[in-house]
Amino acid sequence: MERIPILRMGDFLLVTIQVDMHDRLAMTLQDDLTRQIVASNSRGVLIDISSLEMIDSFIGRMLSNISLMSNVLAAQTVVVGMQPAVAITLVELGMSMPGVRTALNVEKGMMLLRECLDSDDSEVEDDAS
Amino acid sequence: MMLLKSESLPIVSEQDIVRARQVARQWAIDLNFKLIDQTKFVTAVSELARNTLIYGRGGFMLLEAVEKDLRKGLRAVFEDRGPGIPDIEEALKDGFSTGNSLGLGLPGAKRLSNEFEIISQPGEGTRVTIARWT
Ligand SMILES: Nc1ncnc2c1ncn2[C@@H]1O[C@H](COP(=O)(O)OP(=O)(O)OP(=O)(O)O)[C@@H](O)[C@H]1O
Ligand SMILES: [Mg+2]
Repeated sequence: MERIPILRMGDFLLVTIQVDMHDRLAMTLQDDLTRQIVASNSRGVLIDISSLEMIDSFIGRMLSNISLMSNVLAAQTVVVGMQPAVAITLVELGMSMPGVRTALNVEKGMMLLRECLDSDDSEVEDDAS
Repeated sequence: MMLLKSESLPIVSEQDIVRARQVARQWAIDLNFKLIDQTKFVTAVSELARNTLIYGRGGFMLLEAVEKDLRKGLRAVFEDRGPGIPDIEEALKDGFSTGNSLGLGLPGAKRLSNEFEIISQPGEGTRVTIARWT
C-alpha cells in the first residue's frame, strides 16, 4: 500500500508531503503518525507542506487532527511551508484548522518545536519545586 | 459565450478526486490563471468532487474552458444521480453536514467561485456548477 514516509530525527518526526494525496492516503498518514509518536516516544512532529499546492477541507481536517492527537500524546506538531496562495484559499474556504501551529520553513519550525519543549520542561520543573 | 474546450471526467473513486483537481489545475495554468485563482478553483473542484462521490454516490465532472467578452474562464459542472439535497439553503450554511464533517464544502466552494449554482431534486440527483474568470 502507498504510504507517506515518516522520518525520525532524534526526538522529532519529520514528514514531507510531496504528492497530491487522495483521502485514504491522508487518513493513513494520520494513523501512521499517531502510532509513530507512541512507538518512538517523539516529542515533536514537523510536517512540511511546501510542495502542497492545495489544501481542501479534508486535508485541513487531517492536519488539524494530527495536531490535536499529538497534543494528547504529549507531543507538539508544527506545520511548515504553507504557500501564501494556499493560506489565502483556506481562509476563504472557512477552514480555521484549530490547534495547528505554523512556521515559515523547516528551520523555523524546528526552533518553534524546541521552544515549546523547553517551556514544557520548565513547567514540569516549576511544578516539582 | 464561446466554448473553447470541454472534457468529462468520471468521479467514482477517491483517485478521481485527485484526477479532477489535477486536470482543473492544468487547464487553469493553460488559461493563464494567476496562482491564487488556480488554487481557489482547484480547491472548489476538490470539495465538489468529493461531495459527488460521497453524497451523490458517484457521478461526473464536466470541465469547460469558456470565453466571454474577451475574458477566459473555467466552468465545472458536477452531476450525480444520488439522493439529492432536500434543503439547499440549509446545505449551504457553514457547518451544516449530514456526514459528520465540517460542512464547509458547499459554502466554501461558493465563496471560492465567481459563479455558483445548485440544482437538486430529491430522489433524482444534484448538479452543482461553478465558474471562475481570469
Ligand atoms: N451531491 C450531493 N448529493 C446529496 N447531498 C449533498 C451533495 N453535496 C452536498 N450534499 C449535502 O450537503 C451537505 C453539506 O455539504 P458540504 O460539502 O458543505 O459539507 P460536508 O461534505 O458535509 O462537509 P465537508 O465538505 O466540510 O467535509 C452534506 O453534508 C450533504 O448532506
Ligand atoms: Mg463536502
